Amino acid sequence: MSALSHAPTTEATNRPASTGAAPSTPPGRLARARRTNPLGALGGLLWLVLVLVPVYWVVVTSLRSREGFFEANPLAVPTHPTLENYRLVLDHDFGLYLLNSTLVTAGATLLTLAVSFLAAYAIVRGTSRALRWTFSVFLLGLAIPLQATIIPVYYLIAKAQMYDTLPAIVLPSAAFAIPLTVIILVNFLRDIPDELFESMRADGAGHWRMLWNLALPLSRPALITVTIYDALNVWNGFLFPLILTQSPDKRVLPLFVWSFQGEFTINVPAILAAVVLSTLPILALYVFGRRQLISGLTAGFGK
Amino acid sequence: MSLAKTPDIVSHGASGTAPHRSAGPPFLMAVPALALFALFALVPMGIVVYLSFTRWDGLGSPAWAGTDNWHEVLTSDVTRHALWLSLKFMVVSWLVQTPISLLLGVFVAGKQRYRALFAVFYFVPLLISAAALAIIFKNLLDPNFGIGATLDLPLLNQNWLGDPQLAFYTVVFVIAWQFVPFHTLLYQAGARQIPASLYEAASIDGAGRLAQFRHITLPQLRYTIVTSSTLMLVGSLTYFDVVFVLTGGGPGYATRLLPLDMYITGFQGNQMGLASAISVVLVAAGLLLSLIIVRFSGFSRMRSQQAGM
Repeated sequence: MSALSHAPTTEATNRPASTGAAPSTPPGRLARARRTNPLGALGGLLWLVLVLVPVYWVVVTSLRSREGFFEANPLAVPTHPTLENYRLVLDHDFGLYLLNSTLVTAGATLLTLAVSFLAAYAIVRGTSRALRWTFSVFLLGLAIPLQATIIPVYYLIAKAQMYDTLPAIVLPSAAFAIPLTVIILVNFLRDIPDELFESMRADGAGHWRMLWNLALPLSRPALITVTIYDALNVWNGFLFPLILTQSPDKRVLPLFVWSFQGEFTINVPAILAAVVLSTLPILALYVFGRRQLISGLTAGFGK
Repeated sequence: MSLAKTPDIVSHGASGTAPHRSAGPPFLMAVPALALFALFALVPMGIVVYLSFTRWDGLGSPAWAGTDNWHEVLTSDVTRHALWLSLKFMVVSWLVQTPISLLLGVFVAGKQRYRALFAVFYFVPLLISAAALAIIFKNLLDPNFGIGATLDLPLLNQNWLGDPQLAFYTVVFVIAWQFVPFHTLLYQAGARQIPASLYEAASIDGAGRLAQFRHITLPQLRYTIVTSSTLMLVGSLTYFDVVFVLTGGGPGYATRLLPLDMYITGFQGNQMGLASAISVVLVAAGLLLSLIIVRFSGFSRMRSQQAGM
């Protein structure tokens, strides 16, 4: 469920009681626990196999030696597991690409959050027509596909003499994250009771102080959600780095994995070791903060 | 960070002059977000239309070319094929992903322990970047060293990415592998909102499991179906990363979807003007599709009902 369900006010009224169900019954969880469903279990198991076999294959293959890869049964546990492939990847400047990815992701996410939070606060608390109009722009902006803008974005970045720099990836990545981030924050901020703002205002607080001392701390759940969603999108982003950078030392991880496989075409264990290493940071996040990561993944679409 | 500095400014302002009470926050606060978004999303929409009337190799300066690009795009077999392929891809992807996501979502919404455990693994594909994911499947399905060849299973031993007919459906499968978990999450959340009392009442009335699914689960999930389908349909017009890495549009033109056609024309063929015209087609197709969906699904009505999201 969405992290937004921590909203200060009710969210139980979202679903209209339209099918003639008694509206007085509180919404409960799907109560099928007591009955077994062999067909469902079988289908669920089938998809589990479909997901796990490729993942398992990636991990075991990345632990094989080059010779072992050609000889062994692809699904057997490696007889002589080796970390040689991982060393090869680490020796190919993996640290630099990890750093690049971290910088780009942190930069774009912080920029997005800062400007979006300001805008969301203004939109929710504001009354002017310009602010209502701004919100509509962001709503419509959701429909603009990033893919369709790569040529003009490339044109702008080249004109600004920013081609082949990390900020060239940061700016458009942040820009495209803004509409959804603003909308999610607006939906959340709207649920903060008016009285809280009024009492702060009565104490003489201005907008900056209300924003900083009231809206920001109360928005924590929503901020975590959008941070994860935005950061994951930038971290895994491929198209902007592909068209806006060129030098090997400006590569981010997805681009590195792609060029690494171009270079080591038939050294499959090494390629897959690169895949594993590039996924490891997110996997760690998944292991330690699964609930929050999942709520961030759907960014509120899951209600 | 700019936000960190604000409290000082505020305390000065608050202690000195009286705060303007009735006024809402200034429009100025929304300007940074609006400006950044406009610069890299709205302005490019204008530039791309302009560039579609120019000849430009991506390095020098664009030169006015009149309607040459448009003439070429509208008559080009390659682009027409790419558009057709994108539409076919959109429909097939929807047909594949929707039932799987819906069933899996309802499945993992159940309370059983093993289902929760399954769900932990179902969402693993969401963690993998599109580029890495495409590389995994490119190697996994390799006709010489892939899993099918080395396990020597006739059913699996196909030229998945080399056969034009097969490659299209292989791409559909890989994209489904990537996106089904996301939509499963949506359906899981939706299914968990269905009141248990509905099922209890149906059970008392003697409705079987299938009948319950048809008459309770499906109708109750209709808003989730609309949300998920909208994201799926509009999103599938713009799939790029996976296809680019997995097949590069090939073999031949078999998986050259519209965004790929644009990229290859522009960044590999150095015909940025022509590629811009394809971009405009892409945007138009996306907007048209969104309008159709909004018109016929009551999506806007739904949004207002789910204002809390």
